[in-house]
Amino acid sequence: MAREGAPAMERYRILPHTADGKFQAYGETLEEAFANAALALASLVWDWEAVEPAERRPVRVEGSDHEQLLVRFLGEVLYLFETRRFLLGRVGDVRIRRRPGGFGLEATLAGETLSDRHELHGDVKAVTYHDLKIEACDGFTVQVVVDM
Amino acid sequence: MDARKIDENTWELPAEGDMRVPARVYASARLLQDIRRDQTLAQARNVACLPGIERMSYVMPDAHQGYGFPIGGVAAFDLDEGIISPGGVGYDINCGVRLLRTDHDEADIAPRSKELLAGIVREVPAGVGKAGVTKLSRDVLKDILTRGAEWAIENGYGRPEDLERTEERGRMRDASPDEISGRALERGLPQLGTLGAGNHFLEIQKVLEIRDERAAAAFGVRGVGQVLVMIHCGSRGLGHQVATDFIETLGNAYGVSGLPDRELVNAPFKSAEGQRYYRAMCAAVNYAFANRQMIAHWVREVFGRVLGDARGMDQVYDVCHNVAKVEEHVVGGRSKRLVVHRKGATRSFGPSRPEVPALYRTVGQPVIIPGSMGTASFLLAGTREAEALSFGSTAHGAGRVLSRHEALRRFRGERIRDDLARRGIELKSTSWKGVAEEAPEAYKDVEEVVRVSDEVGLGRVVAKLGPIAVMKG
Repeated sequence: MAREGAPAMERYRILPHTADGKFQAYGETLEEAFANAALALASLVWDWEAVEPAERRPVRVEGSDHEQLLVRFLGEVLYLFETRRFLLGRVGDVRIRRRPGGFGLEATLAGETLSDRHELHGDVKAVTYHDLKIEACDGFTVQVVVDM
Repeated sequence: MDARKIDENTWELPAEGDMRVPARVYASARLLQDIRRDQTLAQARNVACLPGIERMSYVMPDAHQGYGFPIGGVAAFDLDEGIISPGGVGYDINCGVRLLRTDHDEADIAPRSKELLAGIVREVPAGVGKAGVTKLSRDVLKDILTRGAEWAIENGYGRPEDLERTEERGRMRDASPDEISGRALERGLPQLGTLGAGNHFLEIQKVLEIRDERAAAAFGVRGVGQVLVMIHCGSRGLGHQVATDFIETLGNAYGVSGLPDRELVNAPFKSAEGQRYYRAMCAAVNYAFANRQMIAHWVREVFGRVLGDARGMDQVYDVCHNVAKVEEHVVGGRSKRLVVHRKGATRSFGPSRPEVPALYRTVGQPVIIPGSMGTASFLLAGTREAEALSFGSTAHGAGRVLSRHEALRRFRGERIRDDLARRGIELKSTSWKGVAEEAPEAYKDVEEVVRVSDEVGLGRVVAKLGPIAVMKG
């Protein structure tokens, strides 16, 4: 869990799941947990730590609840990868606001276009609501299952 | 509450609580042990609670936990009172399997199998995020979504006779491309004619054993050693996006608060949203039919080039194992139309069903069950009994027992390649990590799965097939 002053805070943890990809991501704030969830998702397909934050892409999503907001936010990462060959390397400036009918999220995704320099090692088909959890307890933990 | 034994391979979970019907599991004691390890049975019970469900919530022998519905789940709903659910179809809409026969013998191709595999790897794009060679406009894509394999054949990918050897003749007529979101179109445009990754593969196989001579002959399978080609893939990012879009649309329209799992989200079949999903799903089904049609065409081209000709490369059949279809079934002694969801389950219609092509009307439809990478696969024939047992359905593959995570911890892709090479099996893949995740040991024993299918009568085993060369996505 997120701890102030901890030298290397654990961003996320990949969990065992029979057929799919499952992870928990942590943050002191909901925003941080969402950002780490995006990196956890990226880690299932590419090595985000090896990605330069060369291009910046602003994203904006809405959701009727936090769950839908998270699924849509992660869906954005997948969509940019499949249609723009964009590899996420950093997540910056995540802002979650309450708005009429639910919540809005804005963030800046930084990364680069897929090239021979990068190796891909998994195929995430979709982000699911199965076993999706968002918990506020000593910081925030989100849990996500993706279809692989 | 536990599964009650009905006979050697049949177990039942009585209707309790909110369940409208019982759930029934077709599995040996050994397979049931695997099934019990995850959420499969709880998910089958959840499905039994859905409005308009008929007879029972069925679980196939290769079942494992999915999201919402189990993988290996079959459920049929009344058209008026019942629902349709994207979670009952799965994310990879019309994930399916196509089987081509050849007139070649294992011995004929042995010296050329490396060359064949290399040729196929060159022609068929595969791997994560891999784009196809076909540049499409949105208008052409919409035509493909409307006409499926028909489009592919008109555009030179394959032979007209392939259509009658494809479920739905390669085209679901209720498809509406207008229900496909811009985002799904965008994901679909670059990916047509690609194999994808994960558990998708293309294998050159040989017949290892024939167990039903008459059905085998009808399917064009004539003897041990005969070479076949199996293609396993689906609707790629387009289908995944359709599922994602409609899980949201249906959730917003009908709510998710009463559901034990948000992935069980559903709409009355005849509602506006239900019909929109159904028509979008049909369009994604057509995309997958066109996809496999194009890949099959390239395989024939490679065989033609390397071996001199592609004669005899008839399609045995093409089956969908993630789909919802309107079909006629007998319920309570009356014949009625139902929307049958098969998620990780294969249609297994016997002789005399009008959906079965005329050329297979005496033996039942071919049912193609792929094993895990590098292990045996099976060709089955549909049965008449299956209609009463499972709305005419059987298993779809081996089904995972180990997580990808665990498989990665235990196996190395390069090692698996070397093991296969020692058994004379070539393997090509875009990712060794992907190979490790798909290690044969990560799956259930497909032999046991088809044995149960055969004993129960869900689908009769016709032939056992083994790999010669494997291309993993």
